[in-house]
Amino acid sequence: MTKKKSGSGFQMGTLLALVIMCVVLSVANSNFYSYANLMGILKQTAFNAFLAVGMLLCLITAGIDLSVGANAVFCACVMGAMNKANVGSGVLMMVVAIVAGGLMGFINGTLLTRLHLPHPFVSTLGMKNVLWGMALLVTGSQIVNNFPESVQFLGKATINGFPVSFIVVIVLYIIMHLFLSRTALGRSIYCAGGNMEATRLSGINTANVLTFCYTMSGVMAALGGIVSVGRSGICNGANANLPYDTDAIAACIIGGASFTGGKGTMVGTMLGALIIAVLRNGFALMSIDSAGQNIVLGLVIILAVFMDVVRAGVEAKNRRMAAAAKQEAEEKEKVAK
Amino acid sequence: MGEYVVELRNITKRFPGVVALHNMQLAVKPGEIHGLIGENGAGKSTLIKVLTGVHMADEGEIYVHGEKKVFKNPNESAAAGIACVYQELNIEKLLSVTDNIFINKWTKKGFLLDYEGMHKKAGEVMKSLGQDVDPRKPAGTFGMGVQQMIEIAKAVLIDAKMIIMDEPTSSLGEKEVKQLMATCRELKARGVGILFVSHKLEELFELCDRVTVIRDGEYIETRDIQDWTNDSLIASMVGRTLDNLFPKEFGKKGECMLKVENLSIGGVLRNVSFEAYGGQVLGLSGLVGAGRTETVRAVFGADPIDGGKIYVKGKEVHIKSPKQAIAAGIALLTEDRKGQGLVLAQTIRTNLILSSLKRHSTGIFLDEKKIEESGQGHIQSLRIKTPSIDEIVGQLSGGNQQKVVIGKWINNDADIYIFDEPTRGIDVGAKVEVYNVMNSLVKAGKCVIMISSEMPEILGMSDRVVVMRGGKVMATVERDSKHFNQEDIMKAAWGGSLDD
Repeated sequence: MTKKKSGSGFQMGTLLALVIMCVVLSVANSNFYSYANLMGILKQTAFNAFLAVGMLLCLITAGIDLSVGANAVFCACVMGAMNKANVGSGVLMMVVAIVAGGLMGFINGTLLTRLHLPHPFVSTLGMKNVLWGMALLVTGSQIVNNFPESVQFLGKATINGFPVSFIVVIVLYIIMHLFLSRTALGRSIYCAGGNMEATRLSGINTANVLTFCYTMSGVMAALGGIVSVGRSGICNGANANLPYDTDAIAACIIGGASFTGGKGTMVGTMLGALIIAVLRNGFALMSIDSAGQNIVLGLVIILAVFMDVVRAGVEAKNRRMAAAAKQEAEEKEKVAK
Repeated sequence: MGEYVVELRNITKRFPGVVALHNMQLAVKPGEIHGLIGENGAGKSTLIKVLTGVHMADEGEIYVHGEKKVFKNPNESAAAGIACVYQELNIEKLLSVTDNIFINKWTKKGFLLDYEGMHKKAGEVMKSLGQDVDPRKPAGTFGMGVQQMIEIAKAVLIDAKMIIMDEPTSSLGEKEVKQLMATCRELKARGVGILFVSHKLEELFELCDRVTVIRDGEYIETRDIQDWTNDSLIASMVGRTLDNLFPKEFGKKGECMLKVENLSIGGVLRNVSFEAYGGQVLGLSGLVGAGRTETVRAVFGADPIDGGKIYVKGKEVHIKSPKQAIAAGIALLTEDRKGQGLVLAQTIRTNLILSSLKRHSTGIFLDEKKIEESGQGHIQSLRIKTPSIDEIVGQLSGGNQQKVVIGKWINNDADIYIFDEPTRGIDVGAKVEVYNVMNSLVKAGKCVIMISSEMPEILGMSDRVVVMRGGKVMATVERDSKHFNQEDIMKAAWGGSLDD
């Protein structure tokens, strides 16, 4: 229950943008509005949606996790290494991947809160490179395939064409929404991002709160890694330098999160992830090359942030006008007395 | 050419809701060291800011060498020859001494900066101020004394006619103070006027030619130094009549809730000891920088301590974090409401429960019904003026924001409430409501510790007063003691001793 009127207003705008995009694409290309294509979009969305959960937690605390993409690939490669070593159990592979991802996130959190590295931009950027290298190292720089079915299930399976991965995303987003809006720890995350010192002086162990967020980010990256293996059937350490991190950031920012912290919702982030997936899908349908794709996607991100700034400005102005009007009315009352 | 290097006539400066300076007078002669003193909030900072062009006066005139000037910004003040060495130095620690001195005034040789020339000149200026240092070295490699001289060197380089020194000795050691005084005398001999703002009476007597006292934004008087005494300076600073704005009510003195023994933080606090009782308000008095905020932050676990013991209700506690302090029954309302007390972008609802999230949870979820009930209760009992409980706290007035912080801590049901400058920057009506909260706390047997820089507030609300200076406890005064008056407390705060 986030009761911020402005927040839901922003999400209405984001939802509207998504709907308009879908309508335009349906008209522009007859292939867009087909069950198979829409399900394909949801399947595409899942990977980014997982990464965006962790990214959102970090962004709310006024931090960032630039290692989510590399961490996801690293976790996939950990499973790949186990597969190469003929570890038969898919469940064991996934458990190890989640533990590894969480551990990497925990290291990010520890660097920030216990070793007091300055902004996580730097430490997670370092971790991104470390994880990229480790992803190549554990797989011997080879592409691994032939994963057990249990590992591939999450990313590959569908129910009547509806991807299981997206069902998991929906469940996860509902849980995280409840977590962020209805639990003490969730509330602490927003408050830490809004004012770290006031939150610490209110008796909340902000170091632990931040460490939790980065650890969660690692776990979410691992889930993303598992989905990616199912979707593509392979793991490839060289993918670790693809712009997965920026896609996750874009989803959060389009959804209303802010680099200054304290803001962002699961609903908004979901819309953001869908907008990005729809855009990419539309580009593919209309055979727009990657040059055009990147330019448009970049402009959409800038536009989203710009809209946020404009909205904040308009709100501030309205409040000032209201306050001034109130003061004037009070003064008039005084004079009348 | 007038008689004075800088003269202020009838300067008035208003801020929304307050008159910071009213008909202020000040006249500094060339070759004079002119002391300026006043209590906290007397208007010294505003006066300096008017002189340096940071603020523009609403009324009155500024004359430099008899010529009327209007300073629209700091550059115009500097161009007129007024320089200021602030208490917080503006030194770029990584840049060389030369870079610091010549910042924005670089000399060039062709297109390039003439570093050889600048180093030479910087070395000379520093040497003339008694500092034989290598100007090529980063400023941060030198101590505070030298860094301050760099600031003074900047003033010398622009050929300043008047140098304002704002609490220049507060961060210096004994030897460095001697050096600074020698430099001041040297500048004086060159005909520079110096405005010396200090909290230390003995320095004023040693150094100054004349001293001006200001109080509550008003000019009180200027006398030659030989016409002042310690007592007359203090009487002049505090000589106001006390209005009874304080609805003080008395609780029943209970057990010793908080006992602090020899609390020490290197360079900040020296063996601070005091006791605070249930049913009483303990006032912590002293000048800005006396170590009062540092003391309560240390008790609250916000900053680490180097030594000392803390007892809560007779039991020793080892508090290492605010979380532990809260568990021990301590609440701290911080001095900096916006920076440390509130999450401004969040709602009243959320800010009220920030320190008591567990109490407002049922199972793993926050109990919105409970939060709503207790929140509405606080809005009513504390009279928080707001359209709704979901209003963003940043939108509230200062007084209402402070009430939200108070509500947050009342939610904790603590035993010891520490209020650091609880009424700073809030209107009179809200002040009275804050005092009433303290009254109801002490009547409920709680222990209240109040830091205040306003003498009337200290006298109006405290049952006992602990006076601090320079990180040390100078005196403890009971309400029924003969020393419980503004002159004696001010005397202790300025370093004097109270005989029994």
